[in-house]
Amino acid sequence: MAIKSVIYPEFEVVRYDRCTRCGRCIKECANGVHFFSQDKKMVLSDDTKCVDCLRCIAFCPEHAIKIVKSGCTFRDNANWRPGIVSGIIKEANTGGVLLSSMGNPEPYPVYWDKILINASQVTNPSIDPLREPMETRVFLGKKPDKIERDEDGNLVDNLPPQMELSLPVMFSAMSYGSISYNAHSALAQAAEELGIFYNTGEGGLHEDFYKYGKNTIVQVASGRFGVWRGYLEGGAAIEIKMGQGAKPGIGGHLPGAKIVGDVSRTRMIPEGTDAVSPAPHHDIYSIEDLRQLVISLKEATGYKKPVIVKVASVHNISAIASGIARSGADIIAIDGFRGGTGAAPTAIRDNVGIPVELALASVDQRLRDEGIRNNVSLVVGGSIRNASDVVKAIALGADAVYIATAALIALGCHLCRNCQSGKCCWGIATQRPDLVERLNPEEGKERLVNLLSAWKGEIKEMMGGMGINSIEALRGNRLMLRGIGLTQKELDILGITHAGE
Amino acid sequence: MIVDAQGKDYKEVDRIIRESKENIEVINPSGQRFIGAALQKRRVNVYGIAGNALGCYMDGGLIEVFGDAQDAVGDTMNDGRIIVHGSVGDALGYAMRGGALFVERNAGYRAGIHMKAYGEKSPVVVIGGRTGSFLGEYQAGGTIIVLGLERGDMPISGYFTGAGMYGGKIILRNPGEVLLRPECEMHKAEKEEIESVKESIGEWCSIFNRDENMVFDAEFYVVEPRKGAAPRQSYVPN
Amino acid sequence: MKLEGEVRIPSGCAISAAISRKGNLFTGEGMIKAMEVMHERSNGLGGGFAAYGIYPEYKDYYAFHIFYSDRNARIETESFLKERFEIVQAEVIPTHQIPEITDVPLIWRYFLSPLRSIVDREMLDEDEYTVRAVTKVNSTIDGAYVFSSGKNMGTFKAVGYPEDVGVFYKIDEIEGYSWTAHGRYPTNTPGWWGGAHPFSLLDFSVVHNGEISSYDANRRFVEMFGYRCSLQTDTEVITYILDYLVRRQGLTPEEAANVIAAPFWSTIESKDEKERKRLTYLRTMFSSLLVTGPFSIVFGFTGGLMALNDRLKLRSMVVGENKDMVYVASEEAAILSADRNAGGFRFPMGGEAVVIRVEGEV
Repeated sequence: MAIKSVIYPEFEVVRYDRCTRCGRCIKECANGVHFFSQDKKMVLSDDTKCVDCLRCIAFCPEHAIKIVKSGCTFRDNANWRPGIVSGIIKEANTGGVLLSSMGNPEPYPVYWDKILINASQVTNPSIDPLREPMETRVFLGKKPDKIERDEDGNLVDNLPPQMELSLPVMFSAMSYGSISYNAHSALAQAAEELGIFYNTGEGGLHEDFYKYGKNTIVQVASGRFGVWRGYLEGGAAIEIKMGQGAKPGIGGHLPGAKIVGDVSRTRMIPEGTDAVSPAPHHDIYSIEDLRQLVISLKEATGYKKPVIVKVASVHNISAIASGIARSGADIIAIDGFRGGTGAAPTAIRDNVGIPVELALASVDQRLRDEGIRNNVSLVVGGSIRNASDVVKAIALGADAVYIATAALIALGCHLCRNCQSGKCCWGIATQRPDLVERLNPEEGKERLVNLLSAWKGEIKEMMGGMGINSIEALRGNRLMLRGIGLTQKELDILGITHAGE
Repeated sequence: MIVDAQGKDYKEVDRIIRESKENIEVINPSGQRFIGAALQKRRVNVYGIAGNALGCYMDGGLIEVFGDAQDAVGDTMNDGRIIVHGSVGDALGYAMRGGALFVERNAGYRAGIHMKAYGEKSPVVVIGGRTGSFLGEYQAGGTIIVLGLERGDMPISGYFTGAGMYGGKIILRNPGEVLLRPECEMHKAEKEEIESVKESIGEWCSIFNRDENMVFDAEFYVVEPRKGAAPRQSYVPN
Repeated sequence: MKLEGEVRIPSGCAISAAISRKGNLFTGEGMIKAMEVMHERSNGLGGGFAAYGIYPEYKDYYAFHIFYSDRNARIETESFLKERFEIVQAEVIPTHQIPEITDVPLIWRYFLSPLRSIVDREMLDEDEYTVRAVTKVNSTIDGAYVFSSGKNMGTFKAVGYPEDVGVFYKIDEIEGYSWTAHGRYPTNTPGWWGGAHPFSLLDFSVVHNGEISSYDANRRFVEMFGYRCSLQTDTEVITYILDYLVRRQGLTPEEAANVIAAPFWSTIESKDEKERKRLTYLRTMFSSLLVTGPFSIVFGFTGGLMALNDRLKLRSMVVGENKDMVYVASEEAAILSADRNAGGFRFPMGGEAVVIRVEGEV
């Protein structure tokens, strides 16, 4: 007799009597959960297929559907938790490696939530951000050690190329392939309107988007897909992807089935061939090789573009960052272990890397200890969730942050964490034309602009409260932070004191 | 225009090359890096040892080195030609998408890694001598030709030839035993397969002044990815 | 309670300054009067004066003013100094014992010349060599604190109200061509002599009023360049910023003002192209040295001084004149107390540097 292991459906679709059998849910669900039963003359659901993306709920005209967590589960066990047991069952069933998407959902400490922000009272004033100037403009890039003057004694502009941002937030790398054309279009348009940057990811730059070049970061990963002279010159900055927070030490692999049409053209590889981007750049086995790649990109673009090196936050991050700061790179992007992904082995996503808050604090301090903090700007990402996370990151020492998951939520993502299926009902993590067209790029752009306009307002309110009227006076200003419920060791690493001290 | 690299740093040498409108002759290069980065047209001759990342992101034109070259020659090259009268280091033609590389003697580890083809573009690498291990690693397209000349009793390539190869082909002349990765297979070249590389090999012979008849009087083998054998992790949605 | 250096101490204050454009010497008597009028702005936990041109007979020597808690600290310090400097003169600074000033430490003055052979061996210029010696004494010798180290200038400070501190140091008998003064209102300290102001490093001195909000951003930046903000006061970090920008980077005081009180971007954009580029460059290049929050400072240096407000002008500052004399103070009344014929009062804009230089050599 066969072994029959039970993985009960995680979600249950509840349908109320007010369902009019209009069939909208059937049409909206790319996972095939809802279907019409001719026998019973009613809409039924196959709960095993539901991923809790909430698309049907959003579009049911009668509000007749509810998705609930299925009550049926394994017997309570704090050690053999349901996810662990069902993982074993899936692996025993298939021999396959567990694959997940989006960020690490496990209950590790979120240090942002254990840091509190200061405000002024009496001894110095807070500032009204609506009626007094409040500046969020940031320039990212290397700053020279010394000023220079011409023979008349005038200051000479000896600054290497800088990226100018209207607020210290950028959209981080998501390749065309992992997300849709319309999602990219929305990000590019929003970046342009906001005066910030979006990032192509490692999938090349679609010909339609070259016009957003001055707000585009073009990425170079180990597979070099879509990388050529025109691409490097097409963006405002070049990012070398060494690692990704969601899967440090793991590369990318877009199966040939997804390399179709525009995706194939953008990656500059034939349709149907796999796109393999292994974790290592095989010309970078050591820090001096990174320098070679950084400088080669600068040589290729006449030293007109800042070069960003993006790394995952791993144990030895401060020494790594110190090496990068001496590599000729202009900007270091550190991606924390809660960062999102279109697909990653679950074991990696949930267990590899360290929280970006600790990585940022130790990198910023290390670069200062070595006197080279001004050699580079620091950008952090990996689950920056709201404006207060931004403020805390800047005060810990970041020059700017990268966001991606938050941007996708603005575009309609409901964090069902099922990107790897390619059946995103919201038209984001999919290449299926019928699904892609669900995402209206103009509407998406508006929502991204709304989101960051709101954040900008919140950042200004918080800065005003601290009596700071320019974001650069917040950068690294750790006195504005206090820890809550943290150990002395954690406080030491974060370089802050405990609330009440 | 002659550029004497002696006493100059690479930034200056490369800037002169980049900003000039003439053909360039670089003397005393002694390992200067990035020569001819993103070159689009013109000819750059290098007399002496060329440094790492020679002709990176090259998009046309010709670089000819009279001497050896080091690592990452033709990195992410899109078009043009690089000729090396000598040997080259590791990662020759990394992720090259178009154009041609001609190496008179040997290449190091990972020659042709990530080489790809796209549309009209199909890059060609011709190596006169032998190569190190991981020849054609992650190769996705294009053609790597290794002639194996003057190699004595050394093998034509090191270990793990074609590791992770999933497209394109490697042509080996008189290879003897080749330590292939399981995702590839090797067969004796068909007539039309030899025909397809005749022009490139002929060009190599005329550049380096070798007897074409002697070179073609040999057995040619083709390494290609084995269908359905690409190393692939099996995944289960979690 | 924790002292300066053990905890960050914000502080409100009164400041004033006077300078003769012609380099004429005048006593500190007017400064005492000016500070007396602003009594309400201090709380008795610190007062002090800096004066330039006061040691003409020793003008080529670094003048160290040092507080000692006891004789041992002095012996240890002097033996350290002897290894690195020729001590041309060592003496107790004359004071008036008055009931308002208590807990008086030993207060000594030295005129020093760096030992050339060591300066050369360490490949430093004399200024940097001397700065390092000051840092060394202050951070390693318990009970010793160098509170003044410039040439032909000196600071005089104590715990107490500034007008009493002036009497204590007999500054009505000291003659200089430029003076700054400070009355302190700290919120967080029992008061410590070393923590009183002006704060000085070589011939740079700073008096400051306000509590800045950019403190830690500024501190963590300048500490990259060897400074140690051991007192954790705003004045200390502003002094280091000015030392870094003016002495080490070679900016003029006016350019340094464009960094620490940089105009808003919208203001920069309203300027002509050349000025816009210059201001954008300074603001981008030294973005971590923008000082936000309220401050008014007087920055003293050899041959001049600079008065500067924060860019929102959250603190008061008045400038007045009488013939060759120029006065700066937190309040107009203070200037009139110092010189009842002063006039031409003006109120510098936020971020507007008022730089007065003495004509000719000093």
